[in-house]
Amino acid sequence: MAYLELNNIYKTYGEGENATEVLSDINLSIEEGEFVAIVGFTGSGKTTLVNLINGLLKPTSGKVLFKGEPVVDTSHERGVIFQNYSLLPWLNVGQNVYMAVKEAFPKESKAVLKQRVNEYVDMVSLTPAINKRPKELSGGMRQRVAVARALAMNPEMIIMDEPLGALDALTRGNLQDEILNIWSKDKRTALLITNDVDEAIYMADRVIPLKPGPNATLGPEFKIDIDRPRDKTALNDNPNYKKTRNAIIEYLMDIGAERKSVSTEEYELPEIAPKSFVA
Amino acid sequence: MDQEIILKKEGQGLAFLKPLVAKFTSKFQKGDIISSLKKTGITIVSILLFLGLWHLGSKALYNKEAAYKIEKALTEQGQAAADAERACIASGDSSCQPNTLPSPAQVWSSLQSLIADHKVITADKAAFVEKMAETNAKLVAEGKDAIVYTGRASFVDIVLTSIKTVFAGFLLALLIAVPIGIIIGLSPSLRSAFNWFIQVFKPVSPVVWYLLVFMIVKTLYIGDSSDNAFVISFISVGLCAMWATLVNTAMGVSSVDKDYINVAKVLKLGTFQKVFKVILPSSLPLIFTGLRITLSVAWMVLIAIELLAQSQGLGLFVWEEFQNGANDSNAKIIVAMFIIGIIGFLLDRLMLTVQNMVSFNKNEGV
Repeated sequence: MAYLELNNIYKTYGEGENATEVLSDINLSIEEGEFVAIVGFTGSGKTTLVNLINGLLKPTSGKVLFKGEPVVDTSHERGVIFQNYSLLPWLNVGQNVYMAVKEAFPKESKAVLKQRVNEYVDMVSLTPAINKRPKELSGGMRQRVAVARALAMNPEMIIMDEPLGALDALTRGNLQDEILNIWSKDKRTALLITNDVDEAIYMADRVIPLKPGPNATLGPEFKIDIDRPRDKTALNDNPNYKKTRNAIIEYLMDIGAERKSVSTEEYELPEIAPKSFVA
Repeated sequence: MDQEIILKKEGQGLAFLKPLVAKFTSKFQKGDIISSLKKTGITIVSILLFLGLWHLGSKALYNKEAAYKIEKALTEQGQAAADAERACIASGDSSCQPNTLPSPAQVWSSLQSLIADHKVITADKAAFVEKMAETNAKLVAEGKDAIVYTGRASFVDIVLTSIKTVFAGFLLALLIAVPIGIIIGLSPSLRSAFNWFIQVFKPVSPVVWYLLVFMIVKTLYIGDSSDNAFVISFISVGLCAMWATLVNTAMGVSSVDKDYINVAKVLKLGTFQKVFKVILPSSLPLIFTGLRITLSVAWMVLIAIELLAQSQGLGLFVWEEFQNGANDSNAKIIVAMFIIGIIGFLLDRLMLTVQNMVSFNKNEGV
């Protein structure tokens, strides 16, 4: 039995004539300790998919099974890192993490919880900024707080919804490595949603493209057989990497082209001829 | 670093103090001096211009009324009476002065006389307390009420009473409007249940609120001879001013950013935790905006309500001076007008400063 299983998931927003089917026939299974990445265009229903898995949304039909149990609500076992960090601006870094830790371990004493907060803030190397408010931090630092907050709850599975989408390339690379480090340390199960094919291949064991919505559905999966730890520079010369990368991009481009050709709207252009001012 | 951030925040509410603050924190630069001098200069020029216009206007009104008085004496009593009237007006005798808009100088001297009056009354009071100390000690020892000073209130006492009334009313508004606002903000069905109530009572005039409160408080105080004017006026002020806070609180609580709600859900916060740790902090800026409006409305309606309730505040002072019709009454009314305006301005700045302290930018966590 798979660790996380999605069976024939359909998700529709709205009712009656206004209904739009965002996701249709999604099937996915993730094994324990696996790192799976889902790549897709923006607006293809990625966030909806994440919210179905973490329990914020319920599927219109189909079942989400986590360790064999249907997902009915959010759970501390599945930590979520949101696309837009979602830190509480009136709390400082330590307080943001503390709030999560306190909920996850209600029985622990305050000292133990504080210790845990310090440990995880240190892990994302933000100890000097522990008393700062989110607005005093850069985007990368904010996202690291969000990572610390999600991981400090000690979830069995980490769900990341485009966690690095808003960051610049350099910060992005660093954070990718940090996330991989943490993941490999105690081999949690991880699901990464991203629009960056390179990031997906660099980080994941399996990459699955999401055909864009409406009626988004998962495409064929691509296994990444590259040994860990992976080296970014060496990766560029790895024939396996190149092949997979090209295959995924080709697949996504094909869908893109397909989507474009579906649009039948034709624009009538006015007849305009250049006028000569010389005569 | 911290210091700087706090200063920046205060800068929005107390911007007019900024040059002063900068002076004391020695961050004053050459360019700042020139620009602040320029700013202060413009303000001073505009004040002088205002005083000049006022002076000319009151002079014109004065002359018009004086001419009418002389003309009237001439047609009714003849040349001799008209000459006597002209001489009387020119001599500055208080019995025949035209009663019109007072000039800035008159207002200023009225202010001086009010302050002098305050000193006299304070001295009186102190003397009274000293004189009665022995008797009062005896009375208290016998278990009776001590005799208190019941003389005329000085202008400063009047202003203090008004401020007390506004703050009591403001506190009442806060205690009623914020909890109710939170509750109806949290529940859409309660919100629609309360909606008609808010819409109907929000536009009711202060005078009507006063009458309503009067009806109720009068009955509650029946058989009690103590003065209930203060109670009536602060309750009316509170009820009249609380609507902005109520509406803003309900709106703030009901429109919390969906991201924060998602965080609360993912962290699995309990209802209590969710309300106090996520919903309330995120709606604080709107609540404080409401409170700021409430305070300025409270100060605005205070005058009318004090007048009706006969509470010893600025409202009653203005009305009594108007009824009084004494020579310097008009000038005293204008003094009261300026005091009301300045205190209102300071209260608003105070609230704006507090409001800026609790505010955060909506996108700061994102």
